[in-house]
Amino acid sequence: MTNLKYRLLLIVGLMVASVWALWPRTVIERVKRDGVFVYDTIHRVPLKKGLDLVGGMYLALEVDESKGAVANKQDALDRALKVVRTRIDEFGVSEPVVQKVGNDRIIVELPGIDDPERAQQVVQKSAFLQFMITDESNALERALPRLDEIAKNAGGATAVATGDTAKRSQSGLEKLLTKDTTSRVADSAKADSNPVIPPTGGTISSLLQRGDMPGEYYVTQENTPQLEHYLSLPAVQAAMPPGKTIKWGADTISLGGRVYRTIYVLDARSILDGQWIQDANPNNTPIDGTVVEFQLNNEGGRRFRTETAKHIQDYMAIVLDDRVMGRPPIIQSAIGTRGQITLGRRDLQVAQDLALVLRAGALPVPLKITEIRNIGASLGEDSIRRGTNAMIFAVLAVVVIMIGYYRFSGMLAVGALILFVLYTLAVLAGFGGVLTLPGLAGLVLSVGMAVDANVLIFERIREELDRGKTVRTSIDEGFHHALTAIVDTSITTILTAAVLYQYGTGAVRGFAVTLIAGISASLFAAVFVTRTFYLVWLSRTRGAQTLSI
Amino acid sequence: MYRILHGTNFDFIKWWRHAAVLTIAFILVGLGSFIFKGGVNYSIEFTGGTLVQVRFTQPPDPAELRAAIGQAEITQFGDATEYTLRLQGSQEIAQQATAAEGVAREVEAKLRAKYGDGFTIVRTEAVGPKVGAELARGAVIAMLLASLVTLVYLAFRFEWRFGLSAVLSTAHDVLITLAFIKLFHIEVSLTVVAAILTLLGYSGNDTIIIFDRVRENLKKARKEPLYDTLNRSINETLPRSILTHVTTLTATVTLLIFAGEVLRPFSLVMTFGIFIATFSSIYVASPILLYIERKFPRKDLAGRGPHVSASTARAESTAESDSPPRPVRGSKAPAGR
Repeated sequence: MTNLKYRLLLIVGLMVASVWALWPRTVIERVKRDGVFVYDTIHRVPLKKGLDLVGGMYLALEVDESKGAVANKQDALDRALKVVRTRIDEFGVSEPVVQKVGNDRIIVELPGIDDPERAQQVVQKSAFLQFMITDESNALERALPRLDEIAKNAGGATAVATGDTAKRSQSGLEKLLTKDTTSRVADSAKADSNPVIPPTGGTISSLLQRGDMPGEYYVTQENTPQLEHYLSLPAVQAAMPPGKTIKWGADTISLGGRVYRTIYVLDARSILDGQWIQDANPNNTPIDGTVVEFQLNNEGGRRFRTETAKHIQDYMAIVLDDRVMGRPPIIQSAIGTRGQITLGRRDLQVAQDLALVLRAGALPVPLKITEIRNIGASLGEDSIRRGTNAMIFAVLAVVVIMIGYYRFSGMLAVGALILFVLYTLAVLAGFGGVLTLPGLAGLVLSVGMAVDANVLIFERIREELDRGKTVRTSIDEGFHHALTAIVDTSITTILTAAVLYQYGTGAVRGFAVTLIAGISASLFAAVFVTRTFYLVWLSRTRGAQTLSI
Repeated sequence: MYRILHGTNFDFIKWWRHAAVLTIAFILVGLGSFIFKGGVNYSIEFTGGTLVQVRFTQPPDPAELRAAIGQAEITQFGDATEYTLRLQGSQEIAQQATAAEGVAREVEAKLRAKYGDGFTIVRTEAVGPKVGAELARGAVIAMLLASLVTLVYLAFRFEWRFGLSAVLSTAHDVLITLAFIKLFHIEVSLTVVAAILTLLGYSGNDTIIIFDRVRENLKKARKEPLYDTLNRSINETLPRSILTHVTTLTATVTLLIFAGEVLRPFSLVMTFGIFIATFSSIYVASPILLYIERKFPRKDLAGRGPHVSASTARAESTAESDSPPRPVRGSKAPAGR
């Protein structure tokens, strides 16, 4: 009798714990209100839904080695993970997931996001900030004759590529060269989705126009692809003035009705980079338009002051991810800890995002996206509705079958089944499991399978009754004999699910977790709970002669 | 007390030859289709590429849609207003998922030009090719590892003969399910892989329950030939097999009807697999066990004395005098590969 009391106590205890685990609770969470994310207290069931149910964005990122190998990939990825996490935390999504999967991948899950493009930008932007002094030695002009020479040779190749038949008669060696450059021209043309203009002068100097400040040049918008092509030639790069570097400006400018791009020749050594940034904020100013104001920390400020003091009256370019932001300002006097990045006519949101990534720091390595998924919120709602329907119908069908076939005992099994569903959901909530669409399927499936244990036991009890044993003995024997098979089947399925968890990703993992939770709960519900129900029944009807089974 | 198939005494194993022919034929047709008609219909998770799911307000004309999009694999998804557009992308585009995401935007622009605001994009997926290759490898490893783990566990719980028979019959289930997937052009996505892996576990279940009974019956009636013990055990567990399959099939069929298009491949594979699991526990696992038993007669079954070897000897003699269902070499075929 005391044994029975403990059994009941355990069942009720677990029931209470399960209900408590699933009870809607008040949590502080970032939620979306009128298009902005704010912290708020909301009331909800603590069962996390996967991306495929709520809608949102999934990104898988890897180290991009297309522009050169990365030395210490592991370490770089760990640092990148930290940066991405900081950026996402500040980006404002409720319950984002940023984690490392395997050895070489970062996954980012952003539930309920409606501007995937912007999110992608925030995650992927390198945000490598540099301060560089523009060249004052006319280094490029001095190198230009040599560069023109190289460009001229390559120019012939370009002409062939664009179909100039007059230049077809070439020596074998040239043809060989031509073939190589032709493909490259084709590549750059595709990349810019802009046909390469056949060179008229065929030289770099003819494309460039001097700008207003030392080291600044203008290129017309139309000539930009061609210049980019020349600059990408290895021979041209080798002939560049040493110690200098060439960067494109981020903006276009209009002069006399024509649109120009700017290009800057800079000292290759930067005087400071973005690692010293302490804070950055977007702002709107009447003169410069949208800006990001940043503040350096003490160490950075000290370095900046020393460096700028050396370069008074020079122009300083602010280079972000290899693009010169705004027009380089002149250094009037030594600059301390404050500065600003000019963004011109761009949206304030661009400034917000830039400030965000500057605060979070630069990515230590470039990242490429290997997988991207967007799931609309409406599709998620559909999935939930359908999954719930399937669940309800499956449970109803199983209830009908069990009660129809096993009568009274079937009702006990149904009681256990209800507890099974409750326990399963509670285990999921308790272990922070995520409910995905395949997970829901797993749950429906486990409802079907959960009664298997009960069926085994009931069939066994029937056999024992057939042999003329008493009700009490039959029940005891039935449970006893069925147990080995039940345990064996449960353990093999759990082992399989564990393997699935180990090798699966995302939604499949959710499926494995639900399966494991389901099987554990079913083991308990069928074996322990049903047994207890029988014990209660036996103690109530002493000397029961028949059993409805 | 309702009873279905109670106290039956069918000679199930007698039919193993017919069953073997059927199942081998099915697997061979599947294999043939795989070889001659090209590979399996993999989802973009494995092949890489872009998938755009569009929901229209008005059912569009498929031909018009095709014309508007150009090169894409267009499939109706559920009802007439919903379509998936699958674009493989050239080699160049497939280099990076970012580019594939660009493909999705291009599709949206084309649709916008044709249908205005008459549609919403409910889902886009873009996967780089490298991820797919990794997933495929992961799935194969998972399958092999799951089999190995099951084998070890069963060998530990029963005996290696039982373990081996169970694992071979599970292997058969996986093979025939793959043939089913191929023959019915089911798209292989990660969830389908999950279904196959679940079947690994489930298929073992049925075999274990019959073998558990065999284990028990062997203890009770040592004089009985294994052939008869197997048959008796199958008959005794028959009501359970039927009932459990009814409930489980109810669940999968419910999913098939209610859970919508996304889970359809999963539900189909599950339904077929559950059906096959019952079949194989009777017609694959049992003949294999008999075959192993004949090849490697046990000297000692779980510490029981000379009686067992006697029973094995009798099993053999019965087989020779009885009707032919002695699982000879051929019995290995249904699961051997």
